[in-house]
Amino acid sequence: MSVTISPKRLRREFVRKVKELSGQNLQLCYQCGMCSGNCPVASNMDLSPRQIIELARLGLEEEIANSKTVWICASCLACTVNCPRGFDLSKVMEAIRLLTLRKNIDQIHPEDISPQERCELPQIAMVSGLRKFTG
Amino acid sequence: MSVKEENKNPAETAVKEKKQIAAKLIPIYIMGKRYEVPEGLTIMKAMEYAGYKFIRGCGCRGGTCGACGTVYRKPGDYKLQVALACQKTVEPGMYMAQIPFFPANRAQYEFADLTSAPEEVFKLYPELFRCVACNACTKACPQGIEVMDAIAALKQGNIAEAAQLSFDCIQCGLCTSRCFGELAQYHMFQLGRRIYGANILPRAEHLIEMVKAVNEGRYDQILDELKHVKEDELKKLYQERESEPMAAGEDWKPEDTRYL
Amino acid sequence: MKTKARNLEEPAVASMEVLGFKLEEIPRWNCCGAVYSLAEDDLIHQVAPVRNLIRAKEQGQDKLATLCAFCFNTLKRANLLMRENGEKRDTLNSFMDEEMDYGGEVKVVHLLEVLRDEIGWGALAQKVKLPLRELKVAPYYGCTLLRPREVAIDNVENPTILREFLEALGASPVDFPESTRCCGSYQIISNPDDISEYARDILNSALSHDAEALVLTCPLCDYNLGQGQKELMKKHNEFKEMSLFYFTQLLALALGLDPQVCHFELNYGSPELLLREKNLLS
Repeated sequence: MSVTISPKRLRREFVRKVKELSGQNLQLCYQCGMCSGNCPVASNMDLSPRQIIELARLGLEEEIANSKTVWICASCLACTVNCPRGFDLSKVMEAIRLLTLRKNIDQIHPEDISPQERCELPQIAMVSGLRKFTG
Repeated sequence: MSVKEENKNPAETAVKEKKQIAAKLIPIYIMGKRYEVPEGLTIMKAMEYAGYKFIRGCGCRGGTCGACGTVYRKPGDYKLQVALACQKTVEPGMYMAQIPFFPANRAQYEFADLTSAPEEVFKLYPELFRCVACNACTKACPQGIEVMDAIAALKQGNIAEAAQLSFDCIQCGLCTSRCFGELAQYHMFQLGRRIYGANILPRAEHLIEMVKAVNEGRYDQILDELKHVKEDELKKLYQERESEPMAAGEDWKPEDTRYL
Repeated sequence: MKTKARNLEEPAVASMEVLGFKLEEIPRWNCCGAVYSLAEDDLIHQVAPVRNLIRAKEQGQDKLATLCAFCFNTLKRANLLMRENGEKRDTLNSFMDEEMDYGGEVKVVHLLEVLRDEIGWGALAQKVKLPLRELKVAPYYGCTLLRPREVAIDNVENPTILREFLEALGASPVDFPESTRCCGSYQIISNPDDISEYARDILNSALSHDAEALVLTCPLCDYNLGQGQKELMKKHNEFKEMSLFYFTQLLALALGLDPQVCHFELNYGSPELLLREKNLLS
């Protein structure tokens, strides 16, 4: 993919917020790709975890917003335990999700889940799903 | 005032004293405006004293309809307090607002189609799972119900416990107004209590038997006879009827056993 | 645990009693929230798990054992937060002013840790009345027992706790590469088609190593893999169905308890058929 990097597009505020919410130093990432390699759901993502971190570091908010990667993430933490720099990607993914959810932009609505599914799903599925996708 | 004067006009003195007692006023704040109201009134009466009129909704004035939910603070205290305006007496410095109504999601359903399964609640109110156990609802309940625990019971699939815990709920909506997860607790509880009452609670066997007996005509004969008795005779029958004594044992029987 | 996952809880309680441990349910517990909140400023989502820890403390207990791996993860991480972060601890205690203060006094363990550390595999093996011979079962850990590193109950890359557990019960553990791969978790709500894919990868891997069944510790993994398997069988007739067991069911069975306590009727696959084939069920 090609990305235009120019001072006009770098959103400092976005970077600051992501750093604050995740508590992670985005500069630590040296783009080795261990995270993407270990991610079990990467095949369904449009941008890989590694790419998301790079975009976040540069503050390219638009590319991240147009990608569905953070909403495919299952918070399995495979990335976190394998990162050679001890960087916690799961927290960065969560931070990016929250920046959208806290604007009251939900990703799913309980009505989207069929009544039958609501009956069959274990309660923890509903609880965790609503936590990750609604604000 | 000398004793002599007091004895001369006790009625007048009494009226003077009554006025002095009635005149003890305390300040309260209704929607930010200060009013002096007599001590000892309920919030609702104090508001009416101050000139407010309740023209819709409020209420039963007996602590049951849930229309007079009030939130207030005391001076210098950050804590939020709740009360029912018709029950709670005013306190000096009370800073209050009414929450007579709060928008709450109410699922549409045909009750007759529901079973006793906890999944019925999950189906109709999936937002139940947004609860984060913050306990704001419990703190907001003027009836002292453990709202968070009752919601936890619903989540765990225990309708019976939720129904029992929420028994005193008067549907005032204060819990819903404070809920972080945007749940309408009282509607969920009502569904729980309905399911509990209709499908889970055991039936009173003796009631079923009695209704059966009545339908089978156990009392038809006596009712028929009584219908044809003249008024005077009826009054005499009523006044002379046998009553079971207070200390009667299980095996007490009336003397006239014709209709047993 | 009282509704859909009765087959995880009931055999656990019964088995632990036989092993000399009484599992006491803490009163007035609430849902722990299932997932640990990963945001630095988010404290409201820590309230639910911490409240459960306070309940355990109120009972005078110093240990909280969990059956479900999902909850284990949330509770243990919240506990670590309360122990390590003074500022957040103070804020949470101040917010939950209707509860007693909590500073991490309770230890959170998973039942597997209790079996390994307090009972011991040797002692467990001695209590086995019905060795699960010839039952080729693949240990499936999922995510939450092993990640992040600070909560892991075993080696993160090469866990062996379930293998040791199965060996103690006399079963034949089948190691396979996808045993620590995520089942998709809450994505079942938003992207259920993806879940079938993840299930396919995990189940295929186990099957290709000759496993007949999987042993699990989490009701969500059970649902995702079970439902995923159903979808796969609809699309591919030749897909060989696997039975999914909870570790507590195998424990109860091996200890010789009445199979009714296991509630196999709630399992995915055909567990009773498989067990009968192996002469482990009458």
